[in-house]
Amino acid sequence: MRARPAEYELAAPGTLSAVLSLLAQEPGEWLPIAGGTDVMVQYCAGRLPSRKLVSIWNLPELRRIEVTPNEVRVGAGCTYTDLRQHEIVSREFVLLTTAAGWTGGIANQNRGTLGGNVINGSPAADSLPALLVYEAELILVSAKRERRLAYGDFHTDYRKTRLAPDELVQSICLSRRFSEYYAHARKVGARNAQAISKVCLAALGRLVEGAVDDVRLAMGSVAPVPLRLRETERVVRGRRIKAELIQLASKTAAAEIRPIDDIRSTARYREAVAGNLVAEFLERLSIAGRQHE
Amino acid sequence: MSESPPNRAKCEISLQVNGKVVAVRTYPMERLLDVLREQLGLTGTKEGCGEGECGSCSVLVDGVLVNSCLVPVLQAKDAKITTIEGLAEGERLHALQQAFLEFGGAQCGICTPGMILAAFHLLSKSPQPTTEEIREGLSGNLCRCTGYAQIVEAVAEVGRRGAGG
Repeated sequence: MRARPAEYELAAPGTLSAVLSLLAQEPGEWLPIAGGTDVMVQYCAGRLPSRKLVSIWNLPELRRIEVTPNEVRVGAGCTYTDLRQHEIVSREFVLLTTAAGWTGGIANQNRGTLGGNVINGSPAADSLPALLVYEAELILVSAKRERRLAYGDFHTDYRKTRLAPDELVQSICLSRRFSEYYAHARKVGARNAQAISKVCLAALGRLVEGAVDDVRLAMGSVAPVPLRLRETERVVRGRRIKAELIQLASKTAAAEIRPIDDIRSTARYREAVAGNLVAEFLERLSIAGRQHE
Repeated sequence: MSESPPNRAKCEISLQVNGKVVAVRTYPMERLLDVLREQLGLTGTKEGCGEGECGSCSVLVDGVLVNSCLVPVLQAKDAKITTIEGLAEGERLHALQQAFLEFGGAQCGICTPGMILAAFHLLSKSPQPTTEEIREGLSGNLCRCTGYAQIVEAVAEVGRRGAGG
């Protein structure tokens, strides 16, 4: 059923503090809309949970990237294009900019925001596994307070988050300690552009004296939430990359994920692909390590 | 829903469309696409999927390529909008339109306006794009007729002629 615009309100107070006070006055009543790449689709389908929307698109407080010596703070309202064009983000957080380039086409990248992706919480979102492996933190704001939360704790279940009804995500903080890691991102989908992933992987690894000193793996579309593969990381960490380890890691990954059958793929296929993607990453990490020595 | 909720207030929104300032009285959640087509009569912009998947409704907002089906008109307030109607100068087609004709880049025509706007946006960023860049720049625009090759060739030719602006 088509939505009737006459039945919806859209406020655009223009500043972050004005938006937050609106949310504080009637918590849960107002639905924030940034670039609309998710919200407008829900709206057109008549599936929005609210008839009162408040625009946070292009709020200057949310549309900046701050760089400090230790971290990069990406405003939640930054678009995928903003991320891809930012010199430091694209150099040090290549998993994130690679995923940004996978997301929709150019028009969607010009409107879709990182904060929107985080809030929407789709387990299939390509950018979220990258945030997991970089151990991003979120700054959440309301009219009353500001708090910082590990992104890894943000999603509690399928499309459920720890965001309070009067809060917004203000920024996504990325620690700059991973720039020397080997980074590998892989999407498996029906088509490169405009196709949602069947499985996607974000991975970071570091070899020291031929052994895996540190490894971080996260996948999309394999569980109700974007998933960090902690068990697979555990079996790999500290070991040398040999055929047996690759096999064990693949098996562990396939067992650790919780995929389902849906319109894009099947659980069985996803298990096989998840194992293969982990194997591919370890092989490449091993080659990169040898070249490094 | 058993009963429709009451209508909300309309508002006055000023837009600069293809260089002309226009004021529309509309609901803030009206899609930019519908305002262009139905209120301003600019039916060159097409609706395909209505979900941001196909790119048929692509327009430029302040020089940035967007899917107009996903933009509530209030968010385009005071912005400069470019639609396919804004590219030709009188009877003289834009170089991209001419090249699409020459190379067979347009068949049924539904994707063409969006495809040309996406190409226009690409050339504004990268005046002589590689084939790879063209494919990426147009990857959000679906065509069911041409198989894309003629479209990519048309855009590449405009880049070679340096005539994209």
